[in-house]
Amino acid sequence: MTASTSIVEIRNLHYAASGRPIFAGLDLDIAPGRVTTILGPSGTGKTTLLRLITGQVRADSGTIRVDGEDVRTLRGDSLYALRRRMGMLFQSGALLTDLSVFENVAFPLREHTDLPERLIRMLVLMKLQAVGLRGAASLMPQELSGGMARRVALARAIVMDPEILIYDEPLAGLDPISLGMILRLIRRMNDALGLTSIVVSHDVKEMSTVADDMLLLSGGKVVAQGTPAELKSNSSDIVRQFVGGLADGPVPFHYPAPDYFHELLEREAP
Amino acid sequence: MTLLSELRMGLAQTLAKLGAMSWFLVRLIALVPRALPRFGLIVQQIFNSGTQSIVIIMLSGLFVGMVLGLQGFQLLQRFGSAEALGVAAAIGLVKELGPVVTGLLFAGRAGTALASELGLMGATDQLSAMEMMAVDPVQRVVVPRFIGGVLSMPLLAAIFSVIGIYGAQLVGVQIMGVDSGSFWSQMRAGVQGRDITEGIVKSCIFGVACSLIAVYEGYYAVPTAEGIGRATTRTVVTSAVIVLFLDYLLTSAFL
Repeated sequence: MTASTSIVEIRNLHYAASGRPIFAGLDLDIAPGRVTTILGPSGTGKTTLLRLITGQVRADSGTIRVDGEDVRTLRGDSLYALRRRMGMLFQSGALLTDLSVFENVAFPLREHTDLPERLIRMLVLMKLQAVGLRGAASLMPQELSGGMARRVALARAIVMDPEILIYDEPLAGLDPISLGMILRLIRRMNDALGLTSIVVSHDVKEMSTVADDMLLLSGGKVVAQGTPAELKSNSSDIVRQFVGGLADGPVPFHYPAPDYFHELLEREAP
Repeated sequence: MTLLSELRMGLAQTLAKLGAMSWFLVRLIALVPRALPRFGLIVQQIFNSGTQSIVIIMLSGLFVGMVLGLQGFQLLQRFGSAEALGVAAAIGLVKELGPVVTGLLFAGRAGTALASELGLMGATDQLSAMEMMAVDPVQRVVVPRFIGGVLSMPLLAAIFSVIGIYGAQLVGVQIMGVDSGSFWSQMRAGVQGRDITEGIVKSCIFGVACSLIAVYEGYYAVPTAEGIGRATTRTVVTSAVIVLFLDYLLTSAFL
């Protein structure tokens, strides 16, 4: 993949949190118009990567280009202008709890446009219809199930017609029916709206059914990349451990600790 | 040596926080002109911080006024000047007790509500979601709450003082038998514009301080249940100390 064909291009990214290096020289490309899933063990920095791409946190060094713009150099209004071309679905849905479902979806329109109320209503109902929740327009976020909250958040994320849609763990904690709905929506939204979808997840099996590309992050780097089939046939230890769900391997079962017997025989508590 | 270094570190942290809070205040004030056109959001916050605090303010004002009436009567009667109860209660309430007690109650009722609400919005990614929707959460969420708090405080302090005076009158005139005419006429003659100005200035400054502390602690709360709890506690404790400290400074300034 060449730089010119990537909608997200990361080069030599370094980022440390509380002195702990998360990324040390990360290179990554995401192609436009495709569903790309970023996989990786817990704590490997997947959500941090999304926050770096969206400019919510600043990288220590390296470049992050989104649609040709270097996110690290953007501030204030120019960063907001870029974000208006993105939509993000948070793991919790992050709906505004003092607004109804309808008002949550209408929120970006009310903040950024002067559209007449009739048009706002029409747009909101269309987006809610797309996620199957037009009938829930008058409900408050507290009255929604986890899956419904995420579908409302998805409607809100697409209401401004973004070019890039980012999902942070969209499948976490969902029942099989809600999970199926979200998977279907990820694929359908991407194709119908001509989006680029970036999905952070560790649900390998489920995401394999809708993703075009999959990236596996480990140790702050991309250790494997390709189509779901290519990732499945990858023979490296880390990919086999992650895809196969093996308890021990390159990601060890035991947290680093001193010698077991030596510690058992010690008198003082650690 | 250890104690000294801990004290030094504590002082450095306090100064750093004071600096960060001052910078946050500058940021809020700079955003006020952008927030004012959407006055509906501010009115909503005046309702949340002000209107919803009225009952507790009125009840507290009534009881404080009644105690003041009782104590004042006992004291003034010793000197044969029980008729001065009206002016004594009014000055005490308008200049001191009104702004200070309202400030403390405001911190406990509205301040904690503001801090926990903002903290919870942070913990549930609502503020991050706004950032991602290219909406500045400080301008959209924090500034209206700050303005709402600042506007509510002097109004609440005024209500507190009025109800307090009524409480003092209730005890002094209705129960203890102070002459009603003397009570009101001495109050009208003794309370000067300067006293009322002092009360208004104090309540406005306490409103800025309490609202700032609440929104700062809430906005920067660690996004966990424990973090929100700590932020709420810090809001009450810091606001109470700052209100009393500022009260001393302002009282000195008005002497």
